[in-house]
Amino acid sequence: MRKLLFESLFRRPFTETAPSPDDAALSELAAAVGRAARRRLGRSLSIREVDAGSCNGCELEIHALNNAYYDVERFGLRFVASPRHADVLMVTGPVTKNMREALERTYHATPNPKWVVAVGDCARDGGCFAGSYAIVGGVAEVIPVDLHIPGCPPNPMTMLQGLLALLERVDAVAS
Amino acid sequence: MPSLIDLIQEGRKVEQHGPWPRAVVDASAWRFAAGELAQGNWSLLGLWGEPATVHMAILDARTADVAVVSLDCPDRAFPSVGRQHPPALRLERTVNDLFGLAAEGLPDTRPWLDHVRWGVRFPLGDRIDALPKATPYRFLPAEGDGLHQIAVGPVHAGIIEPGHFRFTASGETVVRLEQRLGYVHKGIEGLMTGAGYERAVQLAGRVSGDSTVAYSYAFSRAVEAALQLTVPDRAVWLRALLAELERLANHLGDIGAVCNDASFTLMHAHCSVLRESVLRASNSAFGHRLLRDIIVPGGVSRDIDEQGPETIQATLDNIRLRFPDLIELYDNTASLQDRTVDTGMLKPAMAQQYAAGGYVGRAAGRSFDARRTLAYAPYDSLRFEVPVLNEGDVNARVWIRIREVEQSLSLIDQILERLPDGPLGTHAGHIREAREGMAIVEGFRGDVLVWLRLRDGRIERCHLRDPSWFQWPLLEAVIENNIVADFPLCNKSFNCSYSGQDL
Ligand code: SF4
Repeated sequence: MRKLLFESLFRRPFTETAPSPDDAALSELAAAVGRAARRRLGRSLSIREVDAGSCNGCELEIHALNNAYYDVERFGLRFVASPRHADVLMVTGPVTKNMREALERTYHATPNPKWVVAVGDCARDGGCFAGSYAIVGGVAEVIPVDLHIPGCPPNPMTMLQGLLALLERVDAVAS
Repeated sequence: MPSLIDLIQEGRKVEQHGPWPRAVVDASAWRFAAGELAQGNWSLLGLWGEPATVHMAILDARTADVAVVSLDCPDRAFPSVGRQHPPALRLERTVNDLFGLAAEGLPDTRPWLDHVRWGVRFPLGDRIDALPKATPYRFLPAEGDGLHQIAVGPVHAGIIEPGHFRFTASGETVVRLEQRLGYVHKGIEGLMTGAGYERAVQLAGRVSGDSTVAYSYAFSRAVEAALQLTVPDRAVWLRALLAELERLANHLGDIGAVCNDASFTLMHAHCSVLRESVLRASNSAFGHRLLRDIIVPGGVSRDIDEQGPETIQATLDNIRLRFPDLIELYDNTASLQDRTVDTGMLKPAMAQQYAAGGYVGRAAGRSFDARRTLAYAPYDSLRFEVPVLNEGDVNARVWIRIREVEQSLSLIDQILERLPDGPLGTHAGHIREAREGMAIVEGFRGDVLVWLRLRDGRIERCHLRDPSWFQWPLLEAVIENNIVADFPLCNKSFNCSYSGQDL
C-alpha cells in the first residue's frame, strides 16, 4: 500500500479543468434562486440523490462525478445521505407510481430553500417509458423542478456543467 | 432419469420456435417438471405468463439442453412450481400481478410488483379496476425475545436504486432479512407489446442501465432466432467486444465499491479511475460511454471508430499495468480481508438450487457461464476460462470479478486481433405469421434471458428475465447470522439489479 500511496504523491492528478456552466441551464435557473439562499448556502451545495424509477444508467454517471477525474467535491458539491442535509434533490427516472409517495416524502423532508434537478431524459417527461400504466411521467408532475439535465444518461461533464450553473446562479443572485 | 427432451416429446411441440424447443404440455407434465426442478435434476431459467398461458424455461445442466414448456390455463390457474421449488416463488407472484393467473398451492400469495398504485390490476391480462385502496404489506413475522426490526428504504443513504429491506435483528446479529421490491416497476413488458423492433430494442437496452449491452444483445439474438436471421461476422464480433467492455467496466467498478463498503476507499478511488478509462475508451470507440443503442436486431447500428481499436488497446495496456498492484493491495490488506473473508457465505447447494448466475453462482461452485455452457458465437472460437470458487463469501465474489477482469482483457485482445471485415447488419424483415425466439446472453451479473413472439414486424409478447431474480433471494439467505454492519458488503458483493427485476 505504501508503494501505491507514494506513487500517487508524484503522479499527475487525474482531475480535469472544470467546464464552463452552460447558458441554457443558467437561464433556466434565473428565477429559481434568491439572495437569502446565498447567505444560507455559502459556496457549497449538498445534494441528495433520489432514484424515482431510473434504469440505473443515470446513477452510474452520477457516481462517476465522484471519481478522480470529475471530483465534484472541489466545487463544494457534496452528495449527502439524508434529505435533511440537502439543498438540492437530484432526481432520476420516469417517476414510477410505486415511487411517487417516497419522492414526495423525500421532497418534504428537505429543508427550504431547496432546488430540484431532474437528471436524464426519463426525468423530463418519462422518456421512452412514457405511456406506461406504471409511471407518472416526468419529475415535474410530482414536485417542482428547477433544472433539467438532458441525456440518456447525461455524461458527467454535462451534469457538472448544470450543477456549476446552479452554484453560479446562487452566487450571482446573492452579490 | 428422464431427459428434458423426453418431456418436450410428451407435449405438443410448437413450430417456429428457436433455437431451443417449446412444447405445450398438460398439467401433469407441468407438475412433473416442477418435481424434477425441486429434486435438483434440472434448473429453472425463467417462468413467465401470457394472458392465458404460463411458460417455464428449463436447463438440463448435464447436457446443456434448454427447453420451454407451456401450460394453457383457461381457468386462470396453474399448479404452482414455487410450492415445490422456491426459486419460482417470486416469479409466480409476478405472473399473478401482471396477468391474474393464480399459482395453485403457492405458499405466498402476496403481490410482488403490484403495490396497488397502478390504478389497474392485471395490467397485461384482463385489466380490471384496482382495489379501492392499498392494503399494508404484510411482512413475514419474526418473534422472539429481544428481537427488533430495522426498516430501510426505499430511499437509501447512498446513490443507489430504491428497494425496501426489513431486518429483524437480535442485538447486532441479523436473524432475518426480508426484501420488498417493485419500486422501479416501469411496465416495460407492457410497453413492448405492439412495439416495432426499433422501439423494442431501445426499451430492452433500458431494462437495467449497467447491462444495456447484455439486454440489447439478448433481445436482438432472440429476434434473430425467431426470424432465423444470420448476422454478419463483423457484427457478431463487435457485439462480443461491446459485451466484454461492459463486463470490464462493471467489474472494475464493483471491486472498488465492495472495498468502499469496507471503508477502504483507496481501492475505490483507483478502481473508479480504471472504470472511467474504460467508459472513455468506449465513448471514443463507439460514441456512448455505456455503449447504449448499438446492438440492434440484425447486427449493430454503428461501427467501431477508426481510432477505436488503438484507443481500447491503450486502455487495456494501462489496466494491465495498474491492476496487479490493486489485486495485491486487496489481497494483502488485513483489515479488508477481515471484512470480506467468511462474510455473507452462500452455500453451493443453494447456488445450485436457485441456478444462481454470474459471480454469485461461480463464487459458490456453480460453473454455469452462458458464453461457455451455451457457447454462442463468437465465444465458441475464443479462448477463455470460467473461474469458479467454492467459498461463497464476499471475498470469493470479489476474486471471481478479479479473474473475470483478466479474462475480459484477454478476450478483448483476441477480438480486436481477429475482428473480421464486412457488413454491419442484415435487415430484420416483417414476416406475417407468428415466430418465436429466445436467447440467453451472459451479462456481467449473470445470464440474461429474453423470450419473445413476433408477428407482422411487431412484438406480440416479450419477456426479459434478469439474473437478479435468482440472486436477490440468496442475499436474504446469506445475511443471516451476519452483523447488520456487514449488510452493505454482502449487498454490494451481490450487486443485484433493482430495475432489472422490477422491470
Ligand atoms: S434517462 Fe436513460 S439512463 Fe437515465 S434513467 Fe432514463 S433510460 Fe436510464
